[in-house]
Amino acid sequence: MSRFRNLVGALVLGAAAALNAAPARAAGEAIALPDTRFSFEGLFGTFDRGSLQRGFQVYKEVCSACHAMKQLSYRNLLEIGLTEEQARNIAAQFQVVDGPNDQGEMFERPARLSDRFRRPFANEQAARAANNGAYPPDLSVIVKARAGGADYIHALLIGYTEPPAGFNLMDGMNYNAYFPGHQIAMPNVLNPGQVEFADRTEATVDQMATDVATFLAWAAEPELEQRRQMGVRIILFLIVLGGLTYAVKRKIWADVKH
Amino acid sequence: MADAMAPHAAPHGEAGETRRDFLKLTTGAFAAVGVGAIAWPFISSMNPARDVLALASTEVDLSPIAVGQAVTVMWRGKPVFVRRRAEEEIKAAREVPLSQLRDPQTDQSRVIRDPWLVVVGVCTHLGCVPLGQKPTDARGDYGGWFCPCHGSHYDTSGRIRLGPAPANLAVPEYNFTSDTQIRIG
Amino acid sequence: MAIGLHQSDFKNPVVRWIDSRLPVFTMMQKEYGTFPTPRNFNYFWNFGALAMVNLLIMIATGVFLSMHYTAHTAYAFDSVERIMRDVNFGWLLRYVHMNGASMFFIVVYIHIWRGLWYGSYKAPREILWILGVVIFLLMMATAFMGYVLPWGQMSFWGATVITNLFSAIPVVGNDIVVWLWGGFSVDNPTLNRFFSLHYLLPFVIVGVVFLHVAALHITGSNNPLGIDPKGPQDTLPFHPYYTIKDSVGLIVYFIFFAFLVFFAPNYLGHPDNYIPANPLVTPAHIVPEWYFLPFYAILRAVPDKLGGVALMFGSIAILFILPWLDTSPVRSMRFRPVAKWFLVLWGINFCILTWVGAKPAEGHYVTIARWATTYYFLYFLVILPLLGRLERPLKLPESIALPVLRGGGPIPAGAAAKPMEKA
Repeated sequence: MSRFRNLVGALVLGAAAALNAAPARAAGEAIALPDTRFSFEGLFGTFDRGSLQRGFQVYKEVCSACHAMKQLSYRNLLEIGLTEEQARNIAAQFQVVDGPNDQGEMFERPARLSDRFRRPFANEQAARAANNGAYPPDLSVIVKARAGGADYIHALLIGYTEPPAGFNLMDGMNYNAYFPGHQIAMPNVLNPGQVEFADRTEATVDQMATDVATFLAWAAEPELEQRRQMGVRIILFLIVLGGLTYAVKRKIWADVKH
Repeated sequence: MADAMAPHAAPHGEAGETRRDFLKLTTGAFAAVGVGAIAWPFISSMNPARDVLALASTEVDLSPIAVGQAVTVMWRGKPVFVRRRAEEEIKAAREVPLSQLRDPQTDQSRVIRDPWLVVVGVCTHLGCVPLGQKPTDARGDYGGWFCPCHGSHYDTSGRIRLGPAPANLAVPEYNFTSDTQIRIG
Repeated sequence: MAIGLHQSDFKNPVVRWIDSRLPVFTMMQKEYGTFPTPRNFNYFWNFGALAMVNLLIMIATGVFLSMHYTAHTAYAFDSVERIMRDVNFGWLLRYVHMNGASMFFIVVYIHIWRGLWYGSYKAPREILWILGVVIFLLMMATAFMGYVLPWGQMSFWGATVITNLFSAIPVVGNDIVVWLWGGFSVDNPTLNRFFSLHYLLPFVIVGVVFLHVAALHITGSNNPLGIDPKGPQDTLPFHPYYTIKDSVGLIVYFIFFAFLVFFAPNYLGHPDNYIPANPLVTPAHIVPEWYFLPFYAILRAVPDKLGGVALMFGSIAILFILPWLDTSPVRSMRFRPVAKWFLVLWGINFCILTWVGAKPAEGHYVTIARWATTYYFLYFLVILPLLGRLERPLKLPESIALPVLRGGGPIPAGAAAKPMEKA
């Protein structure tokens, strides 16, 4: 039996260490987030394509005024279920800088599929200058870069309320129930009916927040669906191989007295 | 690896022997499949990435090119020669009997729309860039291009005529998106 | 050794031809084929092989990742994102590499725990143990520098904090830090040298692992009873008995690894490292990767800069002299009725240090960290040396095979050399 105690000791060592990451992450996050049912949650969830496309529309029409997504290209839109034609047309709505041309000058041209998403500001300084000194972060991996992930993004977008009595809100700041410290430079940008969805989904604030959070989750982890599919196959394979290997082990050890 | 040193295994009865062999074989086969599958992502990661593939087409505006002039554009990291050929150059290219060519191809088969000739500017010998794009360049004995590395001469259709190169300058995949614009790739 | 061709016993003419000139086949046969291995290993003895496999996985994925990575402050973050998005299976290579580091530490911590429990550090295996501690140190350096490469917020601030540890050295400390940085802050020169060293060190580890294994094959393996094999009845050839047993462990390890990579790839990471490095803003809570937390806790437990740094390095340095601190001649804790409880407590204490290392350095946490740090050192410096003299160990079995062949006897049931799956 003592052998088991040793094993348990070792496992506790490993497990305690592993579990530790969670509290570490949650350390600064005292505010409970409303739990949203996202299509991609759980071990086998996938991204709802309709939600991704609506979310992209919200990003394009609302967020992209201030927030860049420099890791994404227009070609990536094919992955959220748009046709090549649609993606090309969306790209062509944006002017991107190219060059230098034969005269040595930079010039603007309509974006192609291979171009990155156009950035609203040329650099961080320009972004700060236009936003009261606050820098709207790049949203490419924002879901991986915030504790709470997509739940946090969704909560933040629906979290604009009146500050409680006696709350000292600084000039130019906005009260948000879910932002750490509750004072956020970003104003409330989502109002009911803000965008008109092509699929006639009603554009409530919660709907838009859920969709854009889904879109941002995909943008942060575009490999998620492939990863999980592959994971299921590999783990099943390993379980079978493990069973076989164990059977071989039993056979080989069968005649050793122990 | 396990089976290479099998003699150490303790002896077994007949029935046990067969079952173990079958088991070992199956397990070995599974393990081999696993190892093979592990190799693939590594190999695949060295193939062109998706952003590289996305840049695999280049658009060229033909309107500024005068008769007899040529431009060089980059396509997949290589130069592509786009030449607006004069009437006599086209004529010269088409009059050559195929029997005189090392790599027989008609000029018509190398051109989509006259007077434009589009070829990859990489010598088929060992990958140098031939001369002949600038008006001051030597164009070789056949008025096309001349590769200074090892002396290959190409004609006005980009076909190899003299020197060590084995094949004509390659014609990339391209199409006319309008009368004055082509997309290569 | 006599000069001249090696007398090869292999039948295959090609193998024989090579083997007589370069006896690698004979060596493999000797070290991994017929190598006499105690017959009573439990599954704890898998973890050395697992660590070896893990090292190879890290090197393979690392070499391929470096084909796509750009070691420049302006491009590092984006090049990692490009690997995640555009490179074929790039996300897989990176997540395997990233979680592989955690797996490596899990495996090595269990491997070290095995050594502590069964007294594998004791004579004649002192050098074997010391080489292991060297590997552990090299691993920590490699992991730390690797964590800097994606150039996220935690990369940058982790690098800043850890390199600043050296400023605690009296007189020359600040000059050393500037030298480490190659500038006046963690910046592009630092990133470049960290990349270079991160690529180099794993191969140094391979070299030390080779010595570690070479030393092991001189002394032979320890075993759960901690007594030496007395003859052939106590051992089995390494192949096929332990090759197959290691394979079983390997598959279980792969399943655990795969679950992390495919279903929770960022679970052990910190979200802040997906924010590009910003030298102007320190994250609210900076914590190292989980595997450094116990040592980080020791660092923070001391209210003095030099003292904290000294104690942190001391907590690993003490392992070098452990073979001489433990004065008991009995290796396995199975036969040490008192010491084993102190070691269990040490294990729990190590977990507490891990936990408290992730907490803010304030209030009760500091108190807990101090008590835990005290016990960490107390165990090595006072308890082990004293117990060697005061403790009365249980009676050791006469041989490894005896309890098996006699079917029990005077030895406690748990000590019977029964592999775990039959217990």
